[in-house]
Amino acid sequence: MIIPGLGHATVAGSDRLESWLTQVPLEIWLAGFLALYMAWGIGANDVANAMGTSVGSGALTLRGAIIVAATLEFSGAFLAGGHVTDTVRKGMLDMDKVALSPDLLVYGMLAALAAAATLLLIASFRGLPISTTHSIVGAIIGFGTVAFGVDAVAWGKVIQIVLSWITSPLLGGVLAFLIFRLIRRLILNHSEPTAQARIYGPWFFFLVFFIIGLVTLFKGLKNLHLDFDLQTSFLLSVGLGVVGLALGTLFVRRVATVASAVDEDGSSSRGVERVFVVLQILTACAVAFAHGSNDVANSIGPLAAVVNSEQGADLVRKSAVAPWMLALGGVGIVFGLATWGYRVMETVGRKITELTPSRGFAAELAAAMTIVLASRLGIPVSTTHILVGGVLGVGLARGIGALDLRVVGQVLVSWVATVPLAAVLSIGFFYLIKAILSS
Amino acid sequence: MSVIGNLFGHSPVRPMQRHMEAAVNCAREVLPLIDAMESGDRTEIAACRKRIDDLEHEADDIKNEIRSHLPQRLFMAMERRDLLEILNRQDSIADVAQDVAEIVDLRGMKIPATLVQPLRALAVHSVKTCEKAEQAIQQLDELVETGFGKREVGRVEEMLSALALLESETDDLADTCLRALFAIEDELGVATYFWYELIGWVGKMSDHAEAVGNRIRLLIAD
Repeated sequence: MIIPGLGHATVAGSDRLESWLTQVPLEIWLAGFLALYMAWGIGANDVANAMGTSVGSGALTLRGAIIVAATLEFSGAFLAGGHVTDTVRKGMLDMDKVALSPDLLVYGMLAALAAAATLLLIASFRGLPISTTHSIVGAIIGFGTVAFGVDAVAWGKVIQIVLSWITSPLLGGVLAFLIFRLIRRLILNHSEPTAQARIYGPWFFFLVFFIIGLVTLFKGLKNLHLDFDLQTSFLLSVGLGVVGLALGTLFVRRVATVASAVDEDGSSSRGVERVFVVLQILTACAVAFAHGSNDVANSIGPLAAVVNSEQGADLVRKSAVAPWMLALGGVGIVFGLATWGYRVMETVGRKITELTPSRGFAAELAAAMTIVLASRLGIPVSTTHILVGGVLGVGLARGIGALDLRVVGQVLVSWVATVPLAAVLSIGFFYLIKAILSS
Repeated sequence: MSVIGNLFGHSPVRPMQRHMEAAVNCAREVLPLIDAMESGDRTEIAACRKRIDDLEHEADDIKNEIRSHLPQRLFMAMERRDLLEILNRQDSIADVAQDVAEIVDLRGMKIPATLVQPLRALAVHSVKTCEKAEQAIQQLDELVETGFGKREVGRVEEMLSALALLESETDDLADTCLRALFAIEDELGVATYFWYELIGWVGKMSDHAEAVGNRIRLLIAD
């Protein structure tokens, strides 16, 4: 942990360290512990959903997926995780009302973390598809209503978030549908699909680098004290896109020669899929980055709220989330991935061999764009649901042999049930924690 | 926990292709059966029938497997109804081939010399029609892989046109065969009826093959 002060403490000797440790209030330790656990859970479970598609289609080996996921989940969390974290930290409650009794916010956020962590435990043991995003949003609404009153919940923001849970999978689906149709038109339908893939493939690199660049750079890196205006962001993103284009050309050229050889065996689609294997490595990276940028908030948002009110920071004013917290979340996610997530990833990967690289590419590209957009807008969304939307979009374009629509029902049930459940749990924990800590 | 993992159902495409392979293999066995009839080899006839029976059972197993894996909630690149209809027609190819073998074996059919050539011509062509349908079915995976792209659809459409042509040629050959049969109906007596049925069945194999093709046409219609 890169906690400010810790560095000085170790230099100055163990006495200073000890005094520093005792200075940190119990609440922060508790919140830190719970947040780490949440981040661990996100790494253990959710990353598998995001990356399993790449493992399943053979675009990445399990090892490769772990390395990609670890690197880009952390980058996403650290570089672009601030906006959603801000929303979770202070966007869903009326901070003017909260500022009157900051202690209650501390208890409440602890309760929210405890509630979400409990649901995560239940979900892991019972194999239920519970989204951490939905848990944490439900939990904050829950304690908010009892701690500060129904009026203190920023219902406008809450409704915006809940609506985004419907619109974001839809957007992911529509984008995936269009991307797949475009791929079919430009590449698969062509008499020499591999050659076409070699031409258009690198432009997809440009697109991904450009979009992620623009979304991340434009007023997005305040955590790092970098504030670009639209024009600078745009130019820098074009630069990034060109880097992507160059990288893409290099990558695709190397595979395309092998793929052309495969084409001559007769089957036209096998060779072109090899090109998409490479392209899908890119979208896997994009999804991991996007996932990190959105989901880190589920663990770090409440922690940031607790730390800020304990340190007496002005809650109303826009104080940014400290980079060390985002880093902590990133580390937690990577840790969860390394200790448990790879197993889930392997299982998911084995189940979805139906997904060929071109389909995985379309679904992941659509999902990554949707999630990064949501992250930039500071809206906590479910990565998994958006990816489901993306895959269904490809399915609607007749790209996938068979999809089990039961999952759509599961998704609906999961978020209709998770929010109230998390709210009730969080209310319970709130009274419990308040009773213990305020005495 | 894994929503994504549960999202993918078993695609029926590969089993459909295996089913068609088994069904068309049944049809192919009709050719050695005719040879065995011609040489009057009862043990070879029984062996042919055994092979057809085994293949038909194999097809039945695959058919049941496909049906039990096609629940309503499955969202597929191909209409469920069309797939089930294709499956039925594929199955009929095997069934009809089995009927032919059964009657030849049970009744100890001895083929009149004037029927050998027309019947063999009919059978060869009928099998060819089935093989054309099989060829189209073998493109189903390629169709899904290209997302029903124009080029691939065009290729399958060509196969279907060839299939339709083969079927109408088979009809003509069946006419020739029946004419040869009716020319000797007085000598054959009651056997005429059984030959009439048998020739009908051999021709039916190609009818079912064409029906498979017609349903594929619906599948690829945009």
